[in-house]
Amino acid sequence: MSSANQNYRRDADALGQFGQFGGRFVAETLMPLILELEQAYNDARSEPNFIAELDRFNAEFVGRPSPLYFAERLTEQYGGAKIFFKREELNHTGAHKINNCIGQVLLARRMGKTRIIAETGAGMHGVATATVCARFGLECVVYMGATDIERQRDNVARMRLMGAKIIPVTSGKGTLKDAMNEALRDWVTNVDNTFYMIGTVAGPHPYPTLVRDFQSIIGRETHSQMLEREGRLPDSLVACIGGGSNAMGLFHHFLDYPEVQMIGVEAAGHGLDSGKHAASLKGGVPGVLHGNRTYLLQDEDGQIDDAHSVSAGLDYPGIGPEHAWLHEEGRVEYVAVTDQQALDAFHNCCRMEGIIPALETAHALAEVARRAPTLPSDHLMVVCLSGRGDKDMPTVLRLMEEQA
Amino acid sequence: MSNRLQQRFADCAEQNRAALVTYICAGDPGYDASLSLLQNLPGAGADIIELGMPFSDPMADGPTIQAAAVRALDAGQTQRKTLEMVRAFRAKDQTTPLVLMGYYNPIHRYGAEAFLNDAHAAGVDGLLIVDLPAEHDNELGPMARDLGLDMIRMASPTTDAKRLPRVLANASGFLYYVSLNGVTGVGQADNAVVDAALSDIRKQSDLPICVGFGVRTPAQAAAFARTATGVVVGSALVEAMFNGGEAAALELTRGLAGAMQR
Repeated sequence: MSSANQNYRRDADALGQFGQFGGRFVAETLMPLILELEQAYNDARSEPNFIAELDRFNAEFVGRPSPLYFAERLTEQYGGAKIFFKREELNHTGAHKINNCIGQVLLARRMGKTRIIAETGAGMHGVATATVCARFGLECVVYMGATDIERQRDNVARMRLMGAKIIPVTSGKGTLKDAMNEALRDWVTNVDNTFYMIGTVAGPHPYPTLVRDFQSIIGRETHSQMLEREGRLPDSLVACIGGGSNAMGLFHHFLDYPEVQMIGVEAAGHGLDSGKHAASLKGGVPGVLHGNRTYLLQDEDGQIDDAHSVSAGLDYPGIGPEHAWLHEEGRVEYVAVTDQQALDAFHNCCRMEGIIPALETAHALAEVARRAPTLPSDHLMVVCLSGRGDKDMPTVLRLMEEQA
Repeated sequence: MSNRLQQRFADCAEQNRAALVTYICAGDPGYDASLSLLQNLPGAGADIIELGMPFSDPMADGPTIQAAAVRALDAGQTQRKTLEMVRAFRAKDQTTPLVLMGYYNPIHRYGAEAFLNDAHAAGVDGLLIVDLPAEHDNELGPMARDLGLDMIRMASPTTDAKRLPRVLANASGFLYYVSLNGVTGVGQADNAVVDAALSDIRKQSDLPICVGFGVRTPAQAAAFARTATGVVVGSALVEAMFNGGEAAALELTRGLAGAMQR
């Protein structure tokens, strides 16, 4: 377990691993490509021109810094911890996903790549990818599960509007993992001109690291904003986890402040005992998929199980390898909330704060609802408002009708 | 190198022909049909068997082998049943080399050490794990070599001369040359490009080289057989089995075997 002075803010080791998790488990054809990407990223990450360009796009195109907002009515309602929202849903394209896409598109340009591919679940990463491709005039192909296309029609329309080609994926259950398989098949076929823009802190090294780095601006801003407002560090951080990019973005900067508690919230779907959930840490075991070793939902034979969540963005049978490591180290606490708990928190946030959160984000809010009432009024809690819920209107309206 | 692989490549060299390597997916379309095909492949001219271990997420495979894996898993195939098939095959055939091909997770779940022991005991000669590149040799390599199992590596058009030594280190059995950038069963390689790649690899290695991906017909196989040590046919065979059953698969195998002579 953890010791207070351990260094948790670190890069992956020579094998691309955090502890036993992560790695470069890809076919030989892709191996030279991810090594080239790693080299390009290592060159770029410390280069002043690259950093300056990233800063400029974050400020002028994404709209950063995103506000740290005191959720006063929610705080009153729960009568405990002082609750703050880190407003990532106010970013251009309505979620934290754009932070990563801006970083990766600048990297792709440096590498001379002209064609961008991506996988998407809820469509938020797809929209962010289509957005940066439009901005830089790059060809964009997005793989999306047929099931997800059905439940996220608005995002599909947005991507098409910006010139992206959407390829429906019908293999498997037609969700995020299947889209990722197809994107990898595309990449292995189009190795020369194509850059694979992975949307979360998963996949082969260096993706978990570079996505984390591009997202970690969330935590850095939170730190200075909280200092300015309250004069000290937050006591706890709460974020939802599918692959885990918004959570890693919020947590990473704070990992070596032992006084800051961190809670990652997985999707328990119909319940952890139901067999229909997406909680890889709570209900999975370590394995290897999509280039990395991590906790996976799988059967006794090592076949990957389908995940289930009301939110398409959490509907993935794995989790980023750095989360798997932080889980085993005990540095971050991981919990799971059900579809119903998330929906209740969704409605409550709409009514109490006038903010329609994404269903993914609502999982984090459900954990806040559980935890905040038990904490003292001087406890500072930050929840990552990772995305806006406009895309979820059809799902929510359908569920409201069913439950009426 | 396993005795069986070594012996088979030597026999083929003596007969001035390339080795025919046939891929089938274990348990497709069901255990019994798949075992019967497996047992009859050598008689139809297959020199080396690549037995696919079905996986739910075969990222490097095209639609044909994806569908085969789905059929096998739906019919109840597991890692244990695949090893059972190997035992049944070995009971009647002690000379044809058999290599397991697939993805790492089912082995990881089984337990690496237990799986290698069981595979060796069943009569497996080597392993070709698509998503276990040279960089992760430590996962299975040392244990496999202790048992005398070959870890078969892949090289591809993206593997340049600078990277090749890394791929060749600790490789044994044969080198699987992926003829084109892409997934199995889709596209067709340029023979001249592949020939050049093989001669580059041979400057660095004495390993037998089997060429696969996109080889469908006896004519295509014959073109590769001129320069490769072996030729791998997978999707076309899986397709023949699916469309025409064992008789069609064996007919294709005989046709391919006839194309191996140099």
